[in-house]
Amino acid sequence: MSALPKKRKSISYAKWGYIFIIPFFVVFAIFNLIPLASTIYKSFFEEYLVMGYEQIGPTFIGLENYEAVFAAGSGLGKYFLNTLIIWILGFVPQIFLSLLFASWFTDLRLKLKCGVYKIIIYLPNIIMAAAMGMLFFTMFSTNGPINSIYMNITGAKSPYLFFDNMWAQRGIVSLINFLMWYGNTTIMLMAAINGIDTALFESAQIDGATPTKIFTKITLPLIRPILLYVLVTSLIGGIQMFDVPQILTADGESVNRTSMTVVMYLNKHLYSKNYGMAGAVSVILFFVAAILSILVFFMMKERDVKPRKTAKGVKK
Amino acid sequence: MAISPDVVGQKGGKAFLNFRRVICYTVLTLICIISLFPFFVLIINMTRSNSDIQKGFALLPGKYLIDNFKTVLLNSEWKMINSLKNSFIIAACASLLSTYFSALTAYAIHVYEFRLKKFAFTFILVIMMIPAQVSALGFVNLIKRMDLFNSFIPLIIPSIAAPATFFFMKQYMESSLPLDIVEAARIDGSGEFRTFNSLIMPIMKPAIAVQMIFTFVSNWNNYFIPALILSDKNKKTLPIVIALIRSADYAKFDMGAVYMSIGISILPVALVYLFLSKFIIRGIAIGSVKG
Repeated sequence: MSALPKKRKSISYAKWGYIFIIPFFVVFAIFNLIPLASTIYKSFFEEYLVMGYEQIGPTFIGLENYEAVFAAGSGLGKYFLNTLIIWILGFVPQIFLSLLFASWFTDLRLKLKCGVYKIIIYLPNIIMAAAMGMLFFTMFSTNGPINSIYMNITGAKSPYLFFDNMWAQRGIVSLINFLMWYGNTTIMLMAAINGIDTALFESAQIDGATPTKIFTKITLPLIRPILLYVLVTSLIGGIQMFDVPQILTADGESVNRTSMTVVMYLNKHLYSKNYGMAGAVSVILFFVAAILSILVFFMMKERDVKPRKTAKGVKK
Repeated sequence: MAISPDVVGQKGGKAFLNFRRVICYTVLTLICIISLFPFFVLIINMTRSNSDIQKGFALLPGKYLIDNFKTVLLNSEWKMINSLKNSFIIAACASLLSTYFSALTAYAIHVYEFRLKKFAFTFILVIMMIPAQVSALGFVNLIKRMDLFNSFIPLIIPSIAAPATFFFMKQYMESSLPLDIVEAARIDGSGEFRTFNSLIMPIMKPAIAVQMIFTFVSNWNNYFIPALILSDKNKKTLPIVIALIRSADYAKFDMGAVYMSIGISILPVALVYLFLSKFIIRGIAIGSVKG
């Protein structure tokens, strides 16, 4: 029966490909692209409410909104800096601890029983950020548990006003970010380390390498692309920071707006229907996010190629 | 960790190994206690009265659990039950739509050959990381023009286009959806759409379950966009109510009720998580990065 190979390919299924992706792209166009275009459009107009009811504009004013946003007094630079500082304060301990935990959990000789730990460290991530903020606000308030512990230990007569101090306030926001994300990062890094060929670790062990050496000479270099990925995705998450500081710092107003983030600033304009300025801030935010996204995109492409190479190199 | 044994023989190695284990478990337990401390405080204070809480922190629970529960649920300003219902409707619908259509889109890109396939895939990957906030202004305007303020539709329908869920589905298909199955279904005369619904969806169940949980949780927790769309008292979702409670007057603060309201929003999700945790954690590992 050496008949001709069946020409099933001659039936084209391409049309189904298009049909199946239609819902995604139509919805995306309506709810993301049109809003994005109109945001950019609005950024060139003067439009705001006076005293909450009298509408001014829209009048075309070119780049004036951008000039206003970039002007020294607008505070945008300060809010970007606030965001960055709070992000760094949370990210540095997070990546350090995640690396440590991931290396412990995957250590072939330690053989830790880590099931329960993995469950606990990821738990804060599923909690509503708003609730988390609220919980920490009550915990650090003047008559909250942290202050009663503080007064018991130090013998201080009056409670410490955490939300009246710039660094304490930023620190608490960072602490929440840290608690919410270190578990997630640990699990991602674990997945990356588990992807490394175990033969590499075994032979290093036989050669007498110490755990520290194995970690710095084998694990770290091999998971570098994923570390970078974690860094950039965390940065993208960082510039979106909103819920936690919004709730902890009385909509950003407390301590001279020193914990106000960029998105909180945007929200302020949106809420007071100050559309022209909100548009300009959005566009700037869009460009920052777009640059970071493109970075991530190239990292993902690189990662798709890499594992195959190493797999070929150390074939068993 | 800098202590290195001179001999890597069995004996020295074993003592050293045990020493390392002790350090690891101690640090892990310590960090876990820090992670759990807020939840401990929450649960204890949910059971205490306002005046007790004002006096200071206690390690043992009080007797006001039921009272606090009643105070929160019956508060006419907060409308807790209503906001729970609203949050549930939005999160459930969004997670159903999001997972189904993401799987469908991923299937199209995974199985079919068409000219725009590569473009579509690249496009989704590039937009994946762009936060929703950047187009919030345009989104609010669009919703105003569509006359959908205080409606759940603008919070549910957009979830059909969920790039991150799509990416996860695509990853999962690459690892566990052989194209032969599709081919076999075609020979049996199954239509393309039917193949997807009755053959592919069951295979994708694990991935769909994980993503449904994630999408549900992120919608349940979402604050930024709902706060801009929903202003009607009866339409508010949980995070908006939480923010409302936070901004309430200090004098009116009933701390027991505040803790209770936080508990009500956190604990259902936390319990579901604890039941499904193994499953979820495996899911994060599959979806995030491969190798």
